[in-house]
This record gives sequence, C-alpha cells and structure tokens, in this order.
Amino acid sequence: MTDPGKRPGELCFDDVALRLGDRDVLSGASFSVARGEVVALLGQNGAGKTSLIRAATRHVRPTRGEVRLDGRPVDSLSRRELARRLASVPQDIHVPFQFLAGEVVLMGRMPHQRLFGFESATDLAIAQHALAEVGIEDLADRPIDALSGGERQLVLFARALAQQPEWLLLDEPTAFLDLRHRIDVLRVVRNFAGRGGGALVVSHDIGLAARICDRIVVLAAGRVLADGTPREVLTPDLIKAGFGMEAHILDAPDGRPIVVPRIAG
Amino acid sequence: MKHLTRTRYFGTLASLAGLLGFAILLALLVGPSGLPIADVMAAFFDGDHAGPANDIVRRIRLPRLIVASLVGASLATSGVIFQALLRNPLADPFILGVSGGAALGGILAISFGAAFGLGYGAVPVAAFAGCLLTTLLLYLVAGRGSRVSATTLLLAGVVFNAFASSAIVFLASLAGLMESGRIFIWLIGNLSSARVDLWPWLAGFLGLGLACSLPLARGLNLLALGDETAEQLGVSTERDKRLLIAATSLMVGAAVSAAGLIGFVGLIIPHLLRMIVGPDHRLLLPAAALGGAAFLVVCDTAARTLLGGRELPVGAITALVGGPLFLHLLRRSQGRAFAAGRTT
Repeated sequence: MTDPGKRPGELCFDDVALRLGDRDVLSGASFSVARGEVVALLGQNGAGKTSLIRAATRHVRPTRGEVRLDGRPVDSLSRRELARRLASVPQDIHVPFQFLAGEVVLMGRMPHQRLFGFESATDLAIAQHALAEVGIEDLADRPIDALSGGERQLVLFARALAQQPEWLLLDEPTAFLDLRHRIDVLRVVRNFAGRGGGALVVSHDIGLAARICDRIVVLAAGRVLADGTPREVLTPDLIKAGFGMEAHILDAPDGRPIVVPRIAG
Repeated sequence: MKHLTRTRYFGTLASLAGLLGFAILLALLVGPSGLPIADVMAAFFDGDHAGPANDIVRRIRLPRLIVASLVGASLATSGVIFQALLRNPLADPFILGVSGGAALGGILAISFGAAFGLGYGAVPVAAFAGCLLTTLLLYLVAGRGSRVSATTLLLAGVVFNAFASSAIVFLASLAGLMESGRIFIWLIGNLSSARVDLWPWLAGFLGLGLACSLPLARGLNLLALGDETAEQLGVSTERDKRLLIAATSLMVGAAVSAAGLIGFVGLIIPHLLRMIVGPDHRLLLPAAALGGAAFLVVCDTAARTLLGGRELPVGAITALVGGPLFLHLLRRSQGRAFAAGRTT
C-alpha cells in the first residue's frame, strides 16, 4: 500500500510545524488538496494560515514536517521549477516604482522565460488572456500604484494565472473586493480547478467558502481542527471551537449550509 | 498591452549613446585654454598633428572625459540597483554612506599602503572592500525584515557619512601636508585631480559590475516588488542580492577611488530616466549607465568653465542639482515610502 501523502496529484501538508521566535505558529498541520479541488482554509487570526502558504512557497522552512507537491518535497525543487507549478496570490503588495499593471502581470511569465530577453508573443498572449479572464483588460496600461486595493488584488490574481501553474494558493484573495468581484474571482478559481488544477483559498469569509469550496479545512492553534465537506465541517459545535462564537447553521435553497452568527444582546 | 519591445530597447539606448557622444564632443571643444574649434578637431581626428593643441586634447581633455563618463556610469547604475534592492527611490550610494565607506577604504590604503609596499593600484581594491563592508553594515542596521524603513536607511546613511568623514579628517591630520591635501580633495568629488591613469581599473570594475547586474535585471524588477514576491516567481533572492551588492561595490569603489565623493548622480539620473523610459530594469540599468556618463561629462564641463580660469569641484555641481531634487522626492514620499516603511 502506498503512503497516501506520497500520492501524485496532490498538494500535501504533512505534519507541518513552524516555530517563529518562541511562538509555535504551526504545531503539526496535515491535510492535502487534490487536483480538481478547491479547498478553503479557515481559522481565526493568527491560526497559522498564511504561514502554511509560506511553507508551500518555501518562504519559510518548517521546523518539522514537509510540504509535498505530487509526492515530491517542495525543498527538492528549484525555485524556478516550483514557480512553474505553484503560484500564490498575496493579500497585497507595495510597489515602489511606477510599473504598469500589464507589466506586473507579464512578470508572472518569469519562471518560464530565459534569463535575459524580451517577452515572446506567447507570453503576451498568455498575459492578455489572464487579464481577460479576471476581467481587467482595461487596467493593463495603468500604473499599479494608481489602482485601488481591490484592483491591485485582481492584478496579482491575473499575474498568478499568467504563471500557468498547476496549483494556486490564494491568501485572502477577496479581502478588498466588492461582492460581484468576489464571486468573479471564485468563479475563475473554480474554472481553474475544472481544468485539473488544485486551489487552496485562505479566507475569513465562511459564507463564500461554504458556497464554492469542495472542502473546508479549519485551522486552530496551528493544528487542523476539522477537514471535510462544508456540510460536515460547518456545525455549531465546530464554529464554537474554531472561531469562538455561537452560530446557527441554515440551509440555502441549493442545500449548502449558511452560517449565521448569533450576536448576544 | 504596453511592454518592452526590441525597438524601444535599442532605440532608447541608441539615443542615449548619441547623447553621450554629443556631450563628449561638446566637452572636448571647450576649456580654459580657448583653443579654436578647428585645432581641437584636427587634434582629435588626426593624431600625427603635433603641437600644444594635440597635447591639450589628447592628454588632458580626452582622458578626463573618459574618467568622467566611467564614474558617471558607475554611480548612476549603482543608484538604480540600490533603489531596487532597498525598494526606495531615495537610495543613492552617497546618501546611504556607501561612497563614504569606499573613500575611507581608499584613504586607508593611501595612508598605510606604502608601508606595506602597496602601490596606488591597492586603492580601488581597498575602496571596493570599504564599500562592501558599509553595504553589509547597512543591511545589518536595516534588519532582515521584508521591508526596510526609509527613515532608518537615511539615518544610517547620515551616520555612516559623518563617521567616514571624521575618520578621513583624522587620517588627513596624521598625514603630512602634501598627503593631507590629496586626502581632503576626496571629500568633495573632483575630476581635476582625478587619477586618469586609473581608467583601466574603472573600466574593468564597471564592466564587471554591469556583467553581474545586467543578466539579473529581470529579477531586479521582482526584487523591487519584495523578496517574497520575487521568491514566488522563481528568483533566488539571496544569491541575486549578493551578486548585485558585489556589483555595486565594485562600481562605487572604482568611481570613488578615481574621483572622490561625487554625490547625487545615482539619485538624479535614475529618477529622470524612470520618468522617460519607465521602471523596467532591463532597460533602466543600461540606460542609467549611458545617461549617468553623459550627465557627469556635462557637469564636469560646467565645473571647468563656469568660473573662467578657476575650477569648481564637480561634486559641488552635482550636489547643487541633486540636493533640491532629493528634498522634492523626500517630500513626495512622505505619504508613500514612509508610510510603507511602517507596515510589513
């Protein structure tokens, strides 16, 4: 029998622990994302969500455990190789110079390009397609520092798509977006999974997670508290354990759960 | 979608090269000796044409122009790299105190090198070492956080500069009268006493610096967006940063050992060029090399001619242009770079 963690076609977090200073940010988190799947990673502030993403992108090195991509530890891949297979969308970035939004999206082609040279026609077509998929073609020639927080987030999302990865990690991809753009982004993520990619979405928006994700992983105090379908995970007891609040769970017309916080007083 | 095309790349660089050629030609024509243009042209294009004109053009003006170009190119290119690495358009080798560190290294070599049987060739190497050490110290002070605060950097630069100047003054006081005069000249950048015989060193260090940094230009675009972003897009950030810091130290070390402390070239030229050619470092780096060269040639010509027979130090001219620009950039950055320095 093969070890399930070594299965190809999976992004696998295996017992990932991370100690920063004298604080255990992660203390042995294990779960995996399969191809074709959109998984939501939920948890309170400081639960370790962003650290898990940084372990996958090799920005931090776990003190124990490892992250595997299709059975191979991410540490065994070169940075370029990793960037061709896994893209991550940060919450926001600060750009000190006046790069145009289109130029930032084209930077997503970097892992596929030679060291020096110009963008090829293919690079341009891919970047153009990514802009169109996110619906921001009209922003391409605007300086990125002139965009709103939400627009900038869409540009970063388009850049990740231009990377043509197999895995997509999104850290609060919708924090600055209005409702329509949230749905748009999540629809694009669903299409990405439909083409055989796997996506992990960090979010505070339980409602949206319940609506569009196949599975929900709840992180609490650096460990996985629950892992399952929205219906399995979103129970009043778990909401209390994972988020420290009382909630009602209702049924949406399509049968998916709706979480309604109970506000005392 | 706008992007860097071959036409724009080569067109821009050809225009800047033309500008540099024009500046050099113009600078050859003017000088305190008041040679007629025809004589200068004859001396420049016909080397066998002996006489005082030939000496002035080929032995005095041309070597000085070559050194001015190399120093200008080195300083402007280093400015671009520092600004990208520190993610701050206010960075400049002089303002950061890195040039001061190079000067201190060079002057240590002048003061004590002879005792160890070292010739003047040790000076650029010592300046390179001083520059490298100062940059590393700057990184230590600024911390390894994801974003370096502009305030911290500027304060560190002020202190490094004050320290280096004091140490240089101290060394000058210890030295004999002749030596101390030579040392003081370093404190304000000057091409009149430039060691023109150092030009092969300068050219070599600049060439090495460009050879290290030009292939990393695309990565520099990403480093300017932050280490985490750069890593996520496949850049080996630590390796690239080391190479780039070595490149800037080579270029600044060579520039300072030839001409002393010339400030603000690394601030003015990148700022001007970013407005014209945009922030893409693939184009900005070579453009800054050509633009910086042309700028220093023009400034040095002004330094030679503005006061008639007497010469101004070229560092005074660049500071007169650069000081106000720095204050303007600082004021504009209050709301941006400074605010950014506080968040992570």
